[in-house]
Amino acid sequence: MNKKTVLILACPVMLLLMSLKTAFIPLQGKKPLTDSLKRPAKFGFGRPATAQEIAAWDIDVRPDGKGLPAGQGDVKKGKLLYAQKCAMCHGVDGTEKPGVKLPGNALVGDTSATSKPKTIGNYWPYATTLFDYMRRAMPYNLPGSLSNDEVYSITAYLLNANKIIKADVVLDAKNLYKVVMPAKKLFIMDDRKGGPEIK
Amino acid sequence: MEKRGNKDQKKATGKISRRTLLGGVLAAAVLPVQSLFADEVQPETPVLPEIADDPTKIVGPGPGPLGKRSPFEQPVRKPSDISSRTPLQDLHSTITPADLHFERHHAGVPTIDPAKHELLIHGLVDNPMKFTLADIKRFPAVTRTCFIECAGNFRTGKAEMTPQDILGLTSQSEWTGVMLSTLFNEVGISDKAKWFLAEGSDAAIMTRTIPIAKAWDDAMIVYAQNGEAIRPEQGYPIRLLLPGFEGNMNIKWLRRIELSEEPYMTREETSKYTYPVKDKIRMFSFELDARSIITYPSYPQKVNKGWVEIRGIAWSGRGKVEKVEVSTDAGKTWQLANLQEPVLSKAHTYFRYLWDWKGEATEILSRVTDETGYLQPTLAQLAEARGVNLGGYHMNPITAWQIKNDGTVLFKPETIK
Ligand code: HEC
Repeated sequence: MNKKTVLILACPVMLLLMSLKTAFIPLQGKKPLTDSLKRPAKFGFGRPATAQEIAAWDIDVRPDGKGLPAGQGDVKKGKLLYAQKCAMCHGVDGTEKPGVKLPGNALVGDTSATSKPKTIGNYWPYATTLFDYMRRAMPYNLPGSLSNDEVYSITAYLLNANKIIKADVVLDAKNLYKVVMPAKKLFIMDDRKGGPEIK
Repeated sequence: MEKRGNKDQKKATGKISRRTLLGGVLAAAVLPVQSLFADEVQPETPVLPEIADDPTKIVGPGPGPLGKRSPFEQPVRKPSDISSRTPLQDLHSTITPADLHFERHHAGVPTIDPAKHELLIHGLVDNPMKFTLADIKRFPAVTRTCFIECAGNFRTGKAEMTPQDILGLTSQSEWTGVMLSTLFNEVGISDKAKWFLAEGSDAAIMTRTIPIAKAWDDAMIVYAQNGEAIRPEQGYPIRLLLPGFEGNMNIKWLRRIELSEEPYMTREETSKYTYPVKDKIRMFSFELDARSIITYPSYPQKVNKGWVEIRGIAWSGRGKVEKVEVSTDAGKTWQLANLQEPVLSKAHTYFRYLWDWKGEATEILSRVTDETGYLQPTLAQLAEARGVNLGGYHMNPITAWQIKNDGTVLFKPETIK
């Protein structure tokens, strides 16, 4: 039994104190909803998940590179893949064209924060997000159909098109997360905590 | 590593015909592109039954398996390209009928077999586990009423706008499910875990990172909405419920939770749901700021001289509504409105204010104060605090209705630039 289990069993007030201690967001000093007065240490419902089951779903990639799969990709291959699988919705070169409405967002722009539209070059703080998102959700009409090598290549192509990496870079699990995105320096965490201030 | 796509997807072709674009996958998924092609969806015209002059002289139809609305009442959601909005002006209290709850999804509504659906909890836990829907229902249950609101809720721009057009991306239900802390206790959470990732099983495999304090506070995994199984658009068979937090974080069709020492920085918490504050971009705004709106009288209604009960809703993602004030003189003076009890935390709260309208042209407004002492700001105050390049997220300005001499009611669209 770990520490939290004991606390939950002990009493809601202690649970509250604990959550205040670890709180990222301010709690309003209210008791959490309790679902029963008395409960066992464990209910014993559910079953252990197997390593294979976890691997099948665990596709997320973190900014520190954790979760990046084996494989690699380059700008040249990415350009070809983009033309085949993405251009019909995001435009021939991914940029916004005046008067042209496309199903997908513009993906390529310059790296100046004040420029519009919001693109990978001026609004994405982490390159890992790009990999993670495209692998899970794109192409929109065939989500989850790209191989890891293909995602690496398209990531390389889009980063190069946004002038973030050079054309000869080969991306893999060792270097993708080290790419510094131009927008990174703009992002700040919300630090509001309630109260009268308008912020 | 294996490709993630299933066999069918691998077999399918990625070629997009014009027909597909216009009427197939994309139309079903209601994409942004639809504004190019789709006609505005019109409410169905009511089919009225034959009406007797005197209903006491005719025996009506007998009992049926499923109730229906009166054919005289036709409240409908208003679908756009990517969402569908609650008709706030048609509701008389704070519970949103489940079929009128707003919708927002990024790759359509998946059809999920509840018998096959499982929730995986893993990462920084003692025992990674899978729970079936039946397992989840066996745990002690809790019922809670609260709102869910999209962080992008607020439209302005023209006078001919209804409450549904302006703020229809908020709805309230009575949700039932298990406290997330109960499940976390079952798997055992490592002290190192500070965040958790929640993931849906829709075609977007939607993900958001949530601070772990929310799990120990009031997060739930819910399977029922207003007493019955939750609707497919709301995440059937299970969704995450994070009272007061951005709608997008309340992951629908929930299939996986991973505990972690740091945030994942998913697309929805970086490229989306972030907004300019002066020369920076603010991220991780979880709680929705307090706001209110008058839903009666509102466009396109008309008022008559004499007593008018001004009605509306107010809410805060940070707790209870402390008070609502109404102004009937364009914001010069403010009067306290009555709050409908019970006032619940992180919940739509109905307010009413009785006004004797003498027939003069004026503006009516409402503003809320929540229990943290936060007073709903004006658009100008928001612009002063954040700069004039206000983004589309977390915008909660006071809104006004113009009352014309003839009783016509129009929205008052405001601009700052
Ligand atoms: C059928 C049209 C379509 C195709 C094909 C398509 N996309 Fe998309 N893409 C979209 C839509 C629609 C969105 C927005 C989805 C949303 O709002 O959640 C999007 C979003 C994106 C985004 C996120 C943009 C942002 O600013 O948040 C990226 C990156 C992206 N697509 C990359 C790709 C890549 C790479 C391919 C090819 C492998 C591709 N897309 C193919 C329609 C498409």
